[in-house]
Amino acid sequence: MSQAFRLFWTGWVFNVKNLTMSGFFILNATISPIFFATIAHYMFASGARPGSGLVYASLGAGMMGIWSSVLFGSGGLIQWQRWQGTLEYVIGVPPRLIVVVLPMTVATASIGLYSIASTLLWGRIIFGLPLDFVHPAWFVVALVGSIVSLGLLGLVLSSTFVLLRNANSLSNLLEYPVWLVTGLLISLSLLPGWTRPISWVLAPTWGIRGIRYAALGGDPVFPIVMCAALGLIYLAIGHYTLGYFEVRARKSATLALR
Amino acid sequence: MAVVEAHDLRRVYKTHTGTIRRRVKEIEAVRGVSFAIDKGELFGLLGPNGAGKTTTIKMLITLLIPTAGTANVLGFDVVKDPREVRKRIGYVFGGERGVYERLSGYDNLRYFAELYGVPPKVQKARIEELLELVGLKGREHERTEGYSRGMKQRLHVARGLLHDPEVVFLDEPTIGLDPVGARELRATIGTLTSAGKTILLTTHYMFEADALCDRIAVISQGEIVAEGTPAQLKSRVASGAVTEVEVFGIPDETVERLRSLEGVMSVWVEEREQAQVLSVQTRADVQLTAAILGHLNGSNVGRVSHREPTLEDAYVALVEGE
Ligand SMILES: Nc1ncnc2c1ncn2[C@@H]1O[C@H](COP(=O)(O)OP(=O)(O)OP(=O)(O)O)[C@@H](O)[C@H]1O
Ligand SMILES: [Mg+2]
Repeated sequence: MSQAFRLFWTGWVFNVKNLTMSGFFILNATISPIFFATIAHYMFASGARPGSGLVYASLGAGMMGIWSSVLFGSGGLIQWQRWQGTLEYVIGVPPRLIVVVLPMTVATASIGLYSIASTLLWGRIIFGLPLDFVHPAWFVVALVGSIVSLGLLGLVLSSTFVLLRNANSLSNLLEYPVWLVTGLLISLSLLPGWTRPISWVLAPTWGIRGIRYAALGGDPVFPIVMCAALGLIYLAIGHYTLGYFEVRARKSATLALR
Repeated sequence: MAVVEAHDLRRVYKTHTGTIRRRVKEIEAVRGVSFAIDKGELFGLLGPNGAGKTTTIKMLITLLIPTAGTANVLGFDVVKDPREVRKRIGYVFGGERGVYERLSGYDNLRYFAELYGVPPKVQKARIEELLELVGLKGREHERTEGYSRGMKQRLHVARGLLHDPEVVFLDEPTIGLDPVGARELRATIGTLTSAGKTILLTTHYMFEADALCDRIAVISQGEIVAEGTPAQLKSRVASGAVTEVEVFGIPDETVERLRSLEGVMSVWVEEREQAQVLSVQTRADVQLTAAILGHLNGSNVGRVSHREPTLEDAYVALVEGE
């Protein structure tokens, strides 16, 4: 067990470091959420709940950053390793592929912390955002829970996208709709009823709910439990699809192709 | 018991051609390869480009599933027990691809040490030792994107040895290394065998194979065409001697005429800086120098020399004979 933990930890540190060294990735994770937070600020400033509405929107914008980072980072992860030539080395190690890939996808979600930090900091400095959260400890739990469950969702993306031909365009298509359907931008109650089930199976829906409840008041426990439950389901799916990918790639000789 | 065993390994690749009417084309890269490598042996796999060497290695290191046939490493089947095989083998592909470019050499090694289950207590010492061995000491904290091609390659060698594997697969490990670096790596490979490791090596440098390998298999178009010690290969195929003649512009017809001479086994021409070198390999029982020079009558002839066959001669004869 402790060995599995070490492996996860080393892999996570390594991959966070690797992503942090990518100026583009970091810039993307910090700058674009700031734009969304700013736009949201002006939308909410004229609305009903100025102070808390702003925190509400900033947290949503930060979560948008986490989702984008997972979508592009994890979705393209295996293809990127293939281009770099590292896929043939990481697949040939004794542990299962999932043990190698999971720290990578959780790392892409963790990079989203830059987004949360940048939107909150920006809001604080520019708009004097109040940062005295209602349940600070739950806020941390909800944030970590969101990152882990999004990392697990990334596991599903990394293993399914690699099996699809046009995964790149799919990534682009999925960015904005998920922002909408998980309630990061606007309240879910504004969306038509048929979108509800889609919202429920996506971890960002529950993650942002937990984070907002912890920050602004409300019971964050149920959303956090939902994050955990979905995370386990993603893990099961990812385990299956990654195993399938590994065997298929070894059969079809696609590990080394660019 | 042999450490590495291949039984009638086969591998077919399917590729797609055409964009609108996509057709599947099948390439038989390896067609029934069998061999066995004993413990502590350094086994060479030689063959022309596209012969199927890398494909064979990838099947043995569990990266490719064979289309047919079986193989095992240290008694573990490469298809049924890939994880057991992976724990005990190291592999290095020549070339610079496959390192995490944004991170340092040390970080790269540290990561793979963990993936290969090197105990945390010994990781540091092991990495230091390997950095020393491959000559990267002092540069390990730089990002690998700034490494030269040879440095990346040496990093791969270190990576492949992290977990002190019993069996090591080296696919053209010296390609692109400078002469001193290549010589150092050959010395390193030598020390590995004296430490009891079993090694499978591919290379296009015949002198390297000759110097290092205990046994060699020559593979051509997916099949093994000869196998034996370097000495056996030399005597078996090139039982004759080689006459080398420096020429300045030799017509193709002359080469053809030399080929048809009684007692000539093979003829090839290499371009040198100002001249070409014509090599004629002949059976041991004939003396053809005069006849060769006779055929060259009219061409401008430089230095003429005579030598015993090298592994390269044997290789050329084997591969050409296909
Ligand atoms: N992934 C792949 N998909 C399709 N064909 C492939 C693939 N990999 C190799 N081949 C083909 O299989 C044949 C054998 O290739 P292989 O790489 O094993 O040769 P090799 O002996 O290692 O050659 P070299 O000396 O050039 O490295 C070649 O015809 C090659 O084009
Ligand atoms: Mg090759």
